[in-house]
Amino acid sequence: MGTLISESSEWTFDLLERYDEAIKEIAVGEFGLDCYPNQIEVIASEQMLDAYASLGLPISYPHWSYGKEFIRNEEAYRKGMRGLAYEIVINANPCISYLMEENTLPMQALVIAHACYGHNSFFKGNYLFRQWTNADAIVDYMVFARRYVTQCEELYGFDAVESIIDSCHALMSHGVDRYHHPTPLSVEEERDRQRERADYAFSRFDDLWRTVPVKASANQGASAVPNYPPEPQENILYFIEKHAPKLEPWQREIVRIVRKLGQYFYPQGQTKVMNEGWATFWHYTLLNRLHEKGQVNDGFMLEILTSHTNVVAQRGFDQRGFGGINPYALGFAMMRDIQRICQNPTSEDRQYFPDIVGGDWLKVLDFAMRNYKDESFIGQFLSPKLMRDFHLFAVADHEDEENMQVDSIHNDGGYQRVRRLLASQYNRDGQIPDIQVVNYDHRGDRSLTLRHLQHRARPLNNEAAEVMKHIARLWGFTVRLQTRDGAGKLVHTREARA
Amino acid sequence: MSILIDRRLNDRKKNTVNRERFIRRYKQQIKGAVADMVSKRGITDMEQGGVVNIPNRDVSEPNFSHGPGGDHEYVLPGNHSYSPGDQIERQKGGGGGEGGEGGGSDDNFSFVLSREEFMKLFFDDLELPHLLRNALGDAKDHQWRRAGYTPTGVPANLAIARSLKQAFARRIALSGPLKKRIAELEALLADGSAKETAEEEIWTLKQRLRRIPYLDDFDLRYRHRVKEPRPISRAVMFCLMDVSASMTEEKKDLAKRFFTLLFLFLVRKYERVELVFIRHTDNAQEVDEDTFFHDKKSGGTVVLSALKLMSEIVGARYPTESWNIYGAQVSDGDAFGADPEKSRAFVEDELLPRVRYYAYIETPDDPARTSPLGYAYHRIEAQNFAMKCVTNKNEVYPVLRELFAREAMAWAH
Repeated sequence: MGTLISESSEWTFDLLERYDEAIKEIAVGEFGLDCYPNQIEVIASEQMLDAYASLGLPISYPHWSYGKEFIRNEEAYRKGMRGLAYEIVINANPCISYLMEENTLPMQALVIAHACYGHNSFFKGNYLFRQWTNADAIVDYMVFARRYVTQCEELYGFDAVESIIDSCHALMSHGVDRYHHPTPLSVEEERDRQRERADYAFSRFDDLWRTVPVKASANQGASAVPNYPPEPQENILYFIEKHAPKLEPWQREIVRIVRKLGQYFYPQGQTKVMNEGWATFWHYTLLNRLHEKGQVNDGFMLEILTSHTNVVAQRGFDQRGFGGINPYALGFAMMRDIQRICQNPTSEDRQYFPDIVGGDWLKVLDFAMRNYKDESFIGQFLSPKLMRDFHLFAVADHEDEENMQVDSIHNDGGYQRVRRLLASQYNRDGQIPDIQVVNYDHRGDRSLTLRHLQHRARPLNNEAAEVMKHIARLWGFTVRLQTRDGAGKLVHTREARA
Repeated sequence: MSILIDRRLNDRKKNTVNRERFIRRYKQQIKGAVADMVSKRGITDMEQGGVVNIPNRDVSEPNFSHGPGGDHEYVLPGNHSYSPGDQIERQKGGGGGEGGEGGGSDDNFSFVLSREEFMKLFFDDLELPHLLRNALGDAKDHQWRRAGYTPTGVPANLAIARSLKQAFARRIALSGPLKKRIAELEALLADGSAKETAEEEIWTLKQRLRRIPYLDDFDLRYRHRVKEPRPISRAVMFCLMDVSASMTEEKKDLAKRFFTLLFLFLVRKYERVELVFIRHTDNAQEVDEDTFFHDKKSGGTVVLSALKLMSEIVGARYPTESWNIYGAQVSDGDAFGADPEKSRAFVEDELLPRVRYYAYIETPDDPARTSPLGYAYHRIEAQNFAMKCVTNKNEVYPVLRELFAREAMAWAH
């Protein structure tokens, strides 16, 4: 039995330190969470609003859209329409977490457990974050970005810089790499490879091949210029950065900065349920353990549970205040459910999850955290029990039909389908239109052609025309967007001239 | 080990720059809103922030994303009565009911301009005529400024801590070698050699040590202050208003608006602004602000009386070498007999050489007709004189802008 850490609910730095110590002992010592070192920063509410506006990063380049976001949040906060998040945590090494000055001591403990050990270990462990973000460098990179953009503003004027950033922001969601490209070969490697090839050709040389008759028509018809790029490119910003004919070097650098920023946030959008679920699960588990050990009293725990309950509340689709599926609620329930399946499986669980039934829950959870994103995590681990608990049902909304139809519900026949549909709801490909660069007419009028492949006949919204203008501004020449349906038939063409 | 950092004292205004960018970008819209507000506001609450609305589509950041239409399936929580195959009627424009976001209510992006921002936009591009000359040439005012320490001065300026510091340094410098020697001799004593002489020398040295004064005359340091010239930052504004019977309430309201705006503008430019209110019928009277704006009085018209009173007050209380003097006169232009001509002459000969700027605002019944006073004033050619006609509430602000537009800077160069 441990001793009570504190009685009061006023926090002091000394107490924060002791709570951090106690939570760390459980998180790392008992449960073996693997975390970056923590940097806990106490800030005031205004600073929290600041952090909101710059996408949670401690520093960012100046831009009016952040001002807009700031004003929006400030207004909402001042009118009491919105509370502030208790914390913001930044995927960096060391992992930076912001604690609000206004929080009570139990809330601070909750935030420390949630952010400094929950989110932190997720950032360090999850494969998407490992692959796509460089936690060691992000803060330094943003310092560079800010300085660079400010310098450009001095040299080329606010308006020139602003318009470039505007255009880049419009394309931010189409500026990420979803697959790693092989690193380009160095000159030396290139030379080696050529030599190897020549050697091979030489070793296989046989004059006899010359005498074999060649079909005359094979390659002569297509003597025209090969299409460029040879493969469609989905990273439009990258293509612009590398190929836009008219951009100045500083403009390319800004395109690059925005692209890097987009790439940094790419994993976050795909792991919302998991990330929040994981962190919520851990603050729940860690603080309960703290209570079990007698280090906090009942009053402390009650305050935490009140807040916890609010966070994981899920409203029904027809209830007031419904705002979609709450990632905290779904994520937390799934993590708890996995723990339950490992510890107290039912016969249904044995049928659905034969692999993990009776396993070590800590290992199963750790495995899931490391190797899944929202889509695959739900597809793999959403149990029939949870679907019943959440009363999940699927509604089909098809353009050709007059009414919407209930597709499937939480019953035996529906489990698989509801789960699959919910998982696909978290698939980034379904959310963001598939638009790729298919042609750059670099020998002709330098126009750029993009292709939009419709996903299940979903059209683009009417902002597309605006975005096209932005692309044309970056590209400097005519840009075309061809919309093709699932079968590849051209249905719509948009054009924007620079 | 986690690091705990208290960032509360760090910069809290990180987003000021972004907010400024935002306002800069939508300056035209916001300025329009500001002008609107000014024309609607009462005189007393002129100097406040205000709510600005900008259409949402203007501030939107476009993205490629899906519009309504196409095939979707939504998974929703909270089913209580549906079975597979049930038909649900499609709500008009509701899409599929996924999320409650995007109502029709927020067509506008609205936000509050702070008082500072409001006033900045309010007076954007406005400049004081002749401010440049004022700031550099006629600097007659002086200001004391600290300039380190000096070894001489009056006792009141004695810098005690500094003096003691000096004394301390001197004592260390003087006693150091003596103490060192004493230590050497004491070492010798301990060895047992040359006992007599050493003891004697130690005694002498200690006497010398004792004689080092704790505080000496040349330790004293005094705070040094120098007198520096600085531009005059005092202004006085003379508000002259005709309250004769022909000035209707409506016209007086126009006048008040003009004075209020001018006052707000001067307040931003000078550290100290004094106001002198003069109202006149057939005789002039200096009154306080409240009476000036709210008291009702009427009678005939003699413009010259007000001008003379202004001249007297300037002579008595506001010497031109230490005050920036501004005059603003509002009248409907009615004047009789020789009054307009005499007034013109008085303004040109007596007032204009002494004031920075003199503005005449006319509030005529019929803007097409030239009033007697307006006709006379028209012939004044001095650069620091301006006149304008105002007939409508919402013209006051544009006229003020016109009077003080930046071209004033061009004159100065």
